[in-house]
Amino acid sequence: MMHKKTPLTWRKITENRLFFPLVALFLILLFDFIFIPGFFAIENRDGNLYGSLIDIMRNGSTVSLLAIGMTLVIATGGIDLSVGAVMAISASVAGILMNPSALKSEVFFVTDPTYTFQPLWIVIGVALIVALFCGMWNGFLVAFMKIQPMVATLVLMIAGRGIAQLITNGLRVQITYKPFSYIGQGWIILPFSLYIVVFVLIVTSLLTRKTAFGLFIESVGINFRSSFFSGIKEKNIKFTVYALCGLCAGIAGLVACSNVKTSDANNIGLFNELDAILAVVIGGTSMSGGRFSLVASIVGALVMQAVTQSMYALGVPPFALQAIKAVVVIIVIMLFSEQFKGFVRNLGAKKKEVKP
Amino acid sequence: MSTANDYILRMERICKAFPGVQALENVDFTLKKGEIHCLVGENGAGKSTLIKVLTGVDKPESGRIILDGEEIQARSPQHAQALGISTVYQEINLCANLTVAENILIGREPLKFHSIDWKEMNAAAIEILHRLLDIDIDVTKPLSSYTVAIQQMVAIARALDITSAKILILDEPTSSLDANETQLLFKVMRKLKVDGVGIIFITHFIGQVYEISDRITVLRNGILVGTFETDTLPRVELIAKMIGRSLADLDEMSSIKLESSKRIAIDAILKAKSLGRAGSIKPFDLELHSREVLGLAGLLGSGRTETAKILFGADKPDTGQIEFNGKSVTDFSPLGAIKRGIALCPEDRKAEGIVDDLTVRENIILAVQANKGWFRYLSTQEQYEIADTYIKMLNIATPTADQPLKNLSGGNQQKVILARWLATNPQVLILDEPTRGIDVGTKAEIQKLVLKLAEEGMACLFISSELEEVLRTSHRIAVLREREKVAEYSGEVDENTIMHAIAGSEI
Repeated sequence: MMHKKTPLTWRKITENRLFFPLVALFLILLFDFIFIPGFFAIENRDGNLYGSLIDIMRNGSTVSLLAIGMTLVIATGGIDLSVGAVMAISASVAGILMNPSALKSEVFFVTDPTYTFQPLWIVIGVALIVALFCGMWNGFLVAFMKIQPMVATLVLMIAGRGIAQLITNGLRVQITYKPFSYIGQGWIILPFSLYIVVFVLIVTSLLTRKTAFGLFIESVGINFRSSFFSGIKEKNIKFTVYALCGLCAGIAGLVACSNVKTSDANNIGLFNELDAILAVVIGGTSMSGGRFSLVASIVGALVMQAVTQSMYALGVPPFALQAIKAVVVIIVIMLFSEQFKGFVRNLGAKKKEVKP
Repeated sequence: MSTANDYILRMERICKAFPGVQALENVDFTLKKGEIHCLVGENGAGKSTLIKVLTGVDKPESGRIILDGEEIQARSPQHAQALGISTVYQEINLCANLTVAENILIGREPLKFHSIDWKEMNAAAIEILHRLLDIDIDVTKPLSSYTVAIQQMVAIARALDITSAKILILDEPTSSLDANETQLLFKVMRKLKVDGVGIIFITHFIGQVYEISDRITVLRNGILVGTFETDTLPRVELIAKMIGRSLADLDEMSSIKLESSKRIAIDAILKAKSLGRAGSIKPFDLELHSREVLGLAGLLGSGRTETAKILFGADKPDTGQIEFNGKSVTDFSPLGAIKRGIALCPEDRKAEGIVDDLTVRENIILAVQANKGWFRYLSTQEQYEIADTYIKMLNIATPTADQPLKNLSGGNQQKVILARWLATNPQVLILDEPTRGIDVGTKAEIQKLVLKLAEEGMACLFISSELEEVLRTSHRIAVLREREKVAEYSGEVDENTIMHAIAGSEI
């Protein structure tokens, strides 16, 4: 049997997973191009690039990282509400390992940019291992204890911030260690955090598409009983995706706290889980599980961030931001409804003559 | 000769296309008042699409629907019901935890002082069931305490009572009923017929077509083959019309069976010793041999599926043990079974077999890949090779291997599941109702394949609720009754003996 590529038609293009997320991103950028002068300006400072577009990518990097893990979880038919809290935990662990003063209940400000309590690789390593354990905990509850994903991860969503506060003794920890702040604030032509996103994306893509892992995730998400009878260890699959999601949240937590130079257990990653879920939805992965695309989820995250960034640029006051974001999200989601998608797909189809 | 006025329903030159498929092409269909009209055809023939067009689920591209002399186009199933077209589906969509009376009158409960008048409601339900269907049951018991057949009656009663239905559509209502229950349903259908309701009856059972229907309409590949008076159409001709080919295939099979039953079975490959599981199946002994098909006969709920799952290793037994190739089995999981070389095509294809959004190729390689694990991923090239081999071998009708499985018809989906298991190269193949709900042609193909596989050295366990099929395909037959193995036959055995074993009565 031949497996030739069919010619590119309007239908083929619109059926591509990336089509609708990219259209949404394009529309928002088009809006910016018309209404916000200088939005597309990119400045070259000492070889590094700055500008609103760069900011979208840089500020979108935490949600992008969350969206990668969240995509896998949602593809199995689950959901992880705890990623924001796990970000806070990871940030608190990193903070306390660099500046343990908070433990002594006396806050002193470390101003020395070369001071750290533990070397950088231990700081990052331990923070990520803790985040991984958080994910494994979720995975254990969902896969082996058969608790509904929303309930299971709600536990850590609520408890997580408490744990993060316990770690830092309820205090905000200043982070002044210069090499660490490079994670969120460094630039190599483009922001360093962008490279982290691309790296995690590539590794996760390889893990899911160059092994059978991706196929098993989709199979479990579509029909876990059929998958079970076909010999797929669906519990292991579920456990692993939650663990990976926790790890991604841990990385996002490091980026976030490096960016603000503070481990703030109350605010780091706050509501980010919702942005990540929306990013995945905009990326076209069904909430009931099944086919997924990591790149589409990243585009979804960029759509979310582009909306925020545009609102900032338009001078929308921060307190009104959430409401406006919600309106935009509703419009985007409606554009993504199957009805509308079908309408667009059929635009290319030839109209049939209806004879009376 | 009948005049046009006798027809309660006329569907003229109906056309409906789905992406890549012309589901209906200029199909005509007529229904008379007080007629039972069977709609038959292979899977993918267009029966469901025709019904969907009639009930407003799908919109036809062209054609006219005339109900009682007026042209109609139902916008939704609710609208169709308001027009007098009621449908009872194979899967009953009632609330099993509510009482019979509640189910019949839900949303229309008689009220007294703003609360439900239970006495009145129960009386009304009894009256409806008696008047419409001539059956008398306790309407205060929950629906789930009744058999599927009664549940179906309740669904019919509800459908008929909401509006004075002119047309009743029964979509494969008998597929999960036993013989007695089917008779009960037929009694009700005959009563409705006398009352002047036109009934469209969809079934895969040819015997039932002849037992109950007045006329038969045959569809094949979206095209009307013809409408016939049941009395004047011999069965063989009907089947030939349905599958569009000769019946020589079916005859050829019996000769294969006789030949292979001469083989002397060597040592058992799979041996169950007082194997049992509480609440599932009582302890039983069973042996599966290479080059042999063991048939498993019994009624629905007699423990056939439970036996299959425990032999496969998906369910862990409480008592006894399984020996595979002389070694005691300890790993009770589907993956363990695959590694041993056992395959199971589950009974419930939709829930336990297919992964509908994945492509045909991915569905076929799924079990092989599960066995290989995460990191030894089959290359795309290898995947296509495996998929194409089995698409060709099993004659799977799909445009490409990249088609999502949900776009295939039931029979072809079943073949894909079979392909998934054959690709694992099993020594033992357990087939739990592999021919349920699929067309006659594919049925014969699957039966032939099972015999061929046994011929080539596989041990097969063949489960089916159609006794004729079990007899035709098996070399040895075990009979289950009430979750217990009650008999085993080899060599020459007649249908009567087995029927009595199933029923538990003396000859």
